[in-house]
Amino acid sequence: MLWVEHVARIRDDQDTQAFAELFAHFAPRVKGFLMKSGADASLAEECAQDVMATLWHKSHQFDPARASVATWIFTIARNRRIDLIRRQRRPEPEDLTWGPEEEPDQEDVLTLQQETEILGAALAELPDAQRELIEKAYFGDLTHSEIAAETGLPLGTIKSRIRLALDRLRHAMK
Amino acid sequence: MTETIKHHLNDAILMAYAAGSLPEAFNLMVASHLSLCDSCRAQAESFDALGGEVLDQMRRDDVADLQPESLEATLALILGGPVDKPHAAETDACGVLPKPLRDYVGGDLEAIRWKPVGMGVKQAILPTSKDASARLLFIPAGTAMPDHGHHGTEMTMVLKGAFQDDDDYFARGDVEIADSDMHHTPVADIHEDCICLAVADAPLQFDRLIPKIAQRFLQI
Repeated sequence: MLWVEHVARIRDDQDTQAFAELFAHFAPRVKGFLMKSGADASLAEECAQDVMATLWHKSHQFDPARASVATWIFTIARNRRIDLIRRQRRPEPEDLTWGPEEEPDQEDVLTLQQETEILGAALAELPDAQRELIEKAYFGDLTHSEIAAETGLPLGTIKSRIRLALDRLRHAMK
Repeated sequence: MTETIKHHLNDAILMAYAAGSLPEAFNLMVASHLSLCDSCRAQAESFDALGGEVLDQMRRDDVADLQPESLEATLALILGGPVDKPHAAETDACGVLPKPLRDYVGGDLEAIRWKPVGMGVKQAILPTSKDASARLLFIPAGTAMPDHGHHGTEMTMVLKGAFQDDDDYFARGDVEIADSDMHHTPVADIHEDCICLAVADAPLQFDRLIPKIAQRFLQI
């Protein structure tokens, strides 16, 4: 459940202490990620601040039954990179965001967050060469035809958990 | 609808979409397919999760030092910025085009500005970055597209109607992925005109004579 409570505190109480803790962990990583992807230090700093401000403003959109906080921040940073560094639009799939009355089931949240931790542990244990390849893919150093999809990582369980969350959202919208 | 899709995106494409390394036209294809296919959407979000872990576990020497006062500057940004209100998802159940495509077309089917390219076939090129191209295709019911090869990767997704290609049948939401050495002969289903989204690696060339455009079209 790492960081999930922090986002809830920002969403519900505009808690700057929770934000400062999230910021201390993620902002230097987001800046590093943007620099690895080709941004200079000052653009990366500006973007990283912008990504973290977006986290605050969109905290009500975060669905912990579908993503970890790290995942969510990664997607915001990636989209900023495409906007600002590559200067392209990034089409996103049709929205399935929950309405304000739709709180996710606590058990779904717990399972998704645990499965993300298992994925993280598996990533940490990969042999260096394979791990480097994955890092390169996400830092934008590989073209899509060079990206090898066979990671051997436990993505299947997360996929079924996200699938359940999607079913729940689609059902809620009917 | 989402359960009937048989031809899906592959992991390499979904991972590249999560990594953000696809050209805009391919992003448009993926976003459109994910709008129709929960299975691929869940897989794409799993690759997002992997991206989150890569970010979280970034090596110490890759983590960047922030400027002094970085947090204060961000808090100032937050105070000045617009607060998004929670919103229920916007859904348009009667639309043929998924939302990402409607954004490019400026509406649903009636807003598409078709241009004839011969044999009753029409196309509409969508405005994306030049590293790849995206177009909508209208193929009259029962019409065969002549055999054609490819320069790079081409992906075709059915939005309305269906087409048959050798032994495979492609209906709404199905994607055919063809690489440069594949020759194929899609035929639109006889019962209904077929509308597809097609994206390709090779950049478009606009400054050709009409016959060249037709020829070009056959080689997408």
